[in-house]
Amino acid sequence: MTGRIERRFAALRAEGRAGLITFLVAGDPDMPTFEHLLAGLPAAGADLVEVGMPFSDPMADGPTIEEGYGRALKAGTRLADVLAAIARFRARDHATPVVLMGYYNPIYRYGVERFLADALRAGVDGLIMVDLPPEEDRELCLPARKAGLHFIRLLTPTTRGPRLERVLEHASGFLYYVSITGITGSRAPDLAEVEAALAEIRRHTALPLAVGFGIRAPAQAAAVARIADGVVVGSALVRTVAEHLDGAGRPRAGLDEAIFRQVRALAGAIRGVTRE
Amino acid sequence: MSAHRPNSLRTGPDESGHFGIYGGRFVAETLMPLVLELERAWREAKADPAFWAEYRALLADYAGRPSPLYRAERLTAELGGARIYLKREELNHTGSHKINNCLGQILLARRMGKRRIIAETGAGQHGVATATVAARFGLACTIYMGERDMERQQPNVFRMRLLGAEVRPVRSGSRTLKDAMNEALRDWVTNVRDTFYLIGSVAGPHPYPAMVRDLQCVIGEETREQILAAEGRLPDVLVACVGGGSNAMGLFHPFLDDREVRLVAVEAAGEGLETGRHAAALTGGSPGVLHGSRSYLLQDEDGQVLEPHSISAGLDYPGIGPEHAWLRDMGRIEVATATDREALAAFALLGRTEGILPALESAHALAHVVELAPRLGPEALIVVNLSGRGDKDIYTVARAMGVEL
Repeated sequence: MTGRIERRFAALRAEGRAGLITFLVAGDPDMPTFEHLLAGLPAAGADLVEVGMPFSDPMADGPTIEEGYGRALKAGTRLADVLAAIARFRARDHATPVVLMGYYNPIYRYGVERFLADALRAGVDGLIMVDLPPEEDRELCLPARKAGLHFIRLLTPTTRGPRLERVLEHASGFLYYVSITGITGSRAPDLAEVEAALAEIRRHTALPLAVGFGIRAPAQAAAVARIADGVVVGSALVRTVAEHLDGAGRPRAGLDEAIFRQVRALAGAIRGVTRE
Repeated sequence: MSAHRPNSLRTGPDESGHFGIYGGRFVAETLMPLVLELERAWREAKADPAFWAEYRALLADYAGRPSPLYRAERLTAELGGARIYLKREELNHTGSHKINNCLGQILLARRMGKRRIIAETGAGQHGVATATVAARFGLACTIYMGERDMERQQPNVFRMRLLGAEVRPVRSGSRTLKDAMNEALRDWVTNVRDTFYLIGSVAGPHPYPAMVRDLQCVIGEETREQILAAEGRLPDVLVACVGGGSNAMGLFHPFLDDREVRLVAVEAAGEGLETGRHAAALTGGSPGVLHGSRSYLLQDEDGQVLEPHSISAGLDYPGIGPEHAWLRDMGRIEVATATDREALAAFALLGRTEGILPALESAHALAHVVELAPRLGPEALIVVNLSGRGDKDIYTVARAMGVEL
């Protein structure tokens, strides 16, 4: 393992606070713009960065992220380009963990062994795969763990009882709790329910627990930061990208500052919450 | 369920839902507990004689089964070759084979205590059949349909609404069947506790491909009895169109172990395979993962799913059921294609010779028979699955002929 994820969560624990995990779609709205945004995220307050690998049929995503994937694909983004962009980010930032999120088919088509080798070389730390439950661990999870990449599990409100053990079996790095039954960018989670679920999960694992889906505003992020080790914000950032495009889909001036301002506000809110 | 021979091709899938490398359960974790619950419920229902008794009674009294096996003499004479039989699935209630599967799954939904039914539809045949059984059992029903398909299948949209279903237009992607399935999956992940997803084809995560197959096998089981009664022997060739592949699997499966019976799946070649505007996943695709299973898929070299094309909304899908993929790799099924133009010609031919307007989907199977029958001698027997009726397609056919309705 690269150790960047473990080191970052250990540092956050020492600081007594939760981490901010930002999600952007690779190549949205084009690769140079995305790379400029990615490079600026850590300074704006992102503790970990999650990068979406574009897919034509993102079945667990809402319209905001689906449209982001659509823009990236229209701009010609390919999986090899995503890995190249991560490698360029990693050349200048050795500490911020990078986690790739997406769907299996582009990786399957690329070739699992080749993908894992290229991802590791690029400086990727972990994978979050939407459509690979534990039942399909032989496809990518076990090869990824063997290669030295973290396989970050999604847990959901329906992951209960004996299933929890099954899902945790090959989990590593951290856990991603999906706060609602639903798609990205939809309704806001009920925090009491989330807190109860996290308590249940913590009885079974010592891995850090991040919470995502439906978290947009700094106040919401702060509320989640009280109960989780990481707060994931995705659709709200992708929407900001969408709102700063001209009629032809090109980025308008001020996109970067809008994203960084939003990330600073989220990070500030999270950092204002100290935990014991 | 009949006992299988050793080395049978009818025993799949394995416990994890695989047919060789195909199939599986590639779904979000939110859905996974439900998919496992569904698998358990289906296993129990399958072993329950009361389930099958109720299913068979509904097939007989509600759907109107058995559907006839009709000897198409004028079509046979016109083509001048093999003797052609039509399996008349279009005579079922709601006008296609889709009702067979819907009746079985709605009984399962009721057993599981689900109160709301969702489904995807392309041509609207599965949507109509789902709306029908939901009305019959008093369950709320939402149908996802691509906006483009709603335009070309207006009669079925209206039928679904008359039956009390809500039809939600899908505006993403190519606005056809694939996108409707994405949207249905999004609904399911959101309403996972009370909703039953009634998938219309032998596609999706395990157990759907096997369950839908089991519920469609009545087509092939009846065909076997009927052809034996009529001709005293099994047919030489079975022909069916494939989009997701449910009518073909229902016809083929009971014959898989009769190796002397040729099985031909006919894919939609759209404007021609060479144009790239087609929906022929087995012919022009490669293995990939979409909508919960691994199978042949139309995709680019980066694993992005390509937008399919077919004049027939029911075949306009970039994938194919995983068991078809496996059977094709094994060499048990043959794959043929028919273009939009060939399907339209076959549509007209059946109307002219037999007084039957077939669904444009089924017309693809007939288009292959037009080629095949003359090449076989008059003693050969062909059975074609006439999976649906053509009333829903008159607007599309009129447009193709330049006629305004």
